[in-house]
Amino acid sequence: MSIWPHRFAAWLAAFVVIAAPASLSGQSDGDHTYTSEAIETGSRLYVAECAICHGPNGDEVDGINLRTGAFRRVSSDDDIRAIVAEGVGGQRMPAFDLRRNELDGLVAYIRAGFDPTGVAVRVGDAERGSDLFYGAADCASCHRVNGEGPRTAPDLSEIGAIRTPVALQRALLDPAAALLPINRPVRIVTTSGEEVRGRRLNEDTYTVQMIDGNGRLRSFLKADLSEFMVSAEPTKQPTTLSEDEVADLVGYLLSLTGER
Amino acid sequence: MNLHRAAMVAALAALLTPAPSTAQITYDRILDASSDPGNWLTYNGTYSSQRHSGLAQITPDNVDDLELKWMLPNQVFGAWQTNPIVDDGIMYITQRPNDVMAVDAATGRVFWLYRHTPADGARICCGANNRGVAVLDERVFMGTLDARLIALDAVNGQELWNIEVADVSLAYSITMAPLVVKDKVLVGVGGGEFGIRGFVAAYDVETGEEAWRFYTIPGPGEPGHETWEGDDWEHGGAPVWITGSFDPDLNLVYWGVGNPGPDWNPGQRPGDNLYSDAVVALDADSGELVWHFQFTPNDGYDYDAVQVPVLVDMDWEGEPRELMLWANRNGFFYVLDRATGEYLSGTPFVKVNWASGLDENGRPIQTPQPQGEPTWPGNQGGTNWYPPSYSPRTGLFYFAAWEDYATIYEPEESTYIPGRYFLGGGFSVLAPVEGAPTIGIGRTSMINNWTDVVGYGSVKALDPATGDEVWSFEQFDVTDSGMLTTGSDLLFTGGREGYFQALDARTGDLLWKASLGGQIVMAPVTYIVNGQQFVTVVSGNSMVTFGLRD
Repeated sequence: MSIWPHRFAAWLAAFVVIAAPASLSGQSDGDHTYTSEAIETGSRLYVAECAICHGPNGDEVDGINLRTGAFRRVSSDDDIRAIVAEGVGGQRMPAFDLRRNELDGLVAYIRAGFDPTGVAVRVGDAERGSDLFYGAADCASCHRVNGEGPRTAPDLSEIGAIRTPVALQRALLDPAAALLPINRPVRIVTTSGEEVRGRRLNEDTYTVQMIDGNGRLRSFLKADLSEFMVSAEPTKQPTTLSEDEVADLVGYLLSLTGER
Repeated sequence: MNLHRAAMVAALAALLTPAPSTAQITYDRILDASSDPGNWLTYNGTYSSQRHSGLAQITPDNVDDLELKWMLPNQVFGAWQTNPIVDDGIMYITQRPNDVMAVDAATGRVFWLYRHTPADGARICCGANNRGVAVLDERVFMGTLDARLIALDAVNGQELWNIEVADVSLAYSITMAPLVVKDKVLVGVGGGEFGIRGFVAAYDVETGEEAWRFYTIPGPGEPGHETWEGDDWEHGGAPVWITGSFDPDLNLVYWGVGNPGPDWNPGQRPGDNLYSDAVVALDADSGELVWHFQFTPNDGYDYDAVQVPVLVDMDWEGEPRELMLWANRNGFFYVLDRATGEYLSGTPFVKVNWASGLDENGRPIQTPQPQGEPTWPGNQGGTNWYPPSYSPRTGLFYFAAWEDYATIYEPEESTYIPGRYFLGGGFSVLAPVEGAPTIGIGRTSMINNWTDVVGYGSVKALDPATGDEVWSFEQFDVTDSGMLTTGSDLLFTGGREGYFQALDARTGDLLWKASLGGQIVMAPVTYIVNGQQFVTVVSGNSMVTFGLRD
């Protein structure tokens, strides 16, 4: 007995994802992340130069937690490099005369959450990322931010507060590995012949709730459907943006914290 | 005038003379409960725990005429797991944390409320749950979250006695409905996540005096003690938190025993860890162990064997036999001989990879998965404590299963500190996307944002003789609902989605449903008041009762 036609296809697709988890630190990420050598370099340098003020856990300066990525002024990796190289706040944080690879190492160690075995995602410039979001990357044709844009895809106004840089980057590079099951695209044909495509919002044994391509909330009884397909394949493809552009876009998404 | 006066005197005399109570649940009535289907006299309906009622007013033909008769909202939020006892139109239920109510079963209106406030130090792993009371003669019995046992006057709710069963500071608790047998009230203790030493104990119904106590972990010198090393036995868990069954002819009470502690680190407690994850058969008068059967030796997955022992007399390989049917949390369905404990058969009913099978004695051939790899079934099991049903009419065994649900275990060394969690690490539920929402204990959202790819539910009907699935009724979310079958071959059940459903017990076809909205985490019961059959179920924070349209 089957209540859900075609559901097995969705399951199979889902478990292929499980069987081959996207590597977070493997080659596919290329220069989207810093190397483990860079993190190691940063780790040594941090202990020698930074820990005396910022503390072993990076949280001993008010309003800053380097390990969790809570900053007062900076957002992008370049911001961090600049502040380390130039200093800030008069003499409260002095300028450090470091080579480029040492600066990269510190950024990597911070972005890896102080975990020498962690993943350090590159975070670029939020303003450039915003331009991409509304321009070349074409995110705004589906996603809504701060009250602007369609509601077809999840609203991203608070995404920077609820996702890590790693998760945001993965959503761009490998959307299938980041798509939450509830958000899977659905295609419905009613017994009266209406075809509806959209994003699933909720489902139970007898009903399904979704938002269709026109931004309408729709609810259906499964008994009234002649077709009901849930796809594990997201509607968006892996990004073709360059590594720098991905870093910028991650920077923009991280800046979306619900605080306008 | 004189005549009138005489009549008044006679009427007054009649009022003052205590009338023999018609509403006494005597031991003899519980023994014969299956021939008294208008009442629901013990946790699972009868001592054999089949959760099958002979009532047949509501049928596949008229089930569409069911209508809401009454609702009674809980005054306290959280999963409501109470199982009603109903006799002569009076229903006895509990609500969180340890309230008892007597309710008019026809209207849902409350006669009396008794309130026990558990001690501040009470520790419960999984919510302030209570699964109901037991009633014998004119006494109502409730176990409490602070490990006390309380007897109340069934007529007015007055407390008769209130005793300590175990030390609340060591995180003992009671969530189960007690079981009354003869002149004793039997109860087991929870606390398997806190390093207790589990037991079942029997108390005199009149005085509360302890009659016997059976420790589910044998002490030094007792058989089975050798299945523990060092002092592991002193805080090895093995709780008993679900009501057992009773066979009056064999004079045996049967109890399912929960997980060993610490839960997820079996390497820390080498040995089989008896009688964790086992069924024990005890002499009902003395509490002495007569036989045991362990489902999951040296369990590392929290596979409590706290399912209801379902007692069935049926032919086995051509001979009439006294059987026990058991769909276990570990994913296998077992048939045992309940007189001897002999293992007769075992069949997986969901995907299982913690064992490659069972040997000829029913002992699992364990295949622990590599670190970081998923184990099926997951931590909440292929099924759990939700009461199953057996219908002597269809010969089928019905229960709730969790399908395609797996867990990745992360064992760690734990130090036992009295009264604290003693878990041995942790676990995560396998999900297709890192960080995706997963299934937990009880439904936490009106939106199913974990979806069926993390696990889904089914009602299964098995042929006990073969272990074969006869039909399966799938649900999009997992289900913690128990089962009720009736004399008209209806099967009533619910689920986390808050639908209350009547299925055809022979085919699994959906015949009727009501969308109640709140998760259903206990089994329905059925009974008769004023000649009308009612079905009662708890959904979310409301107890809901249906009957045929007047």
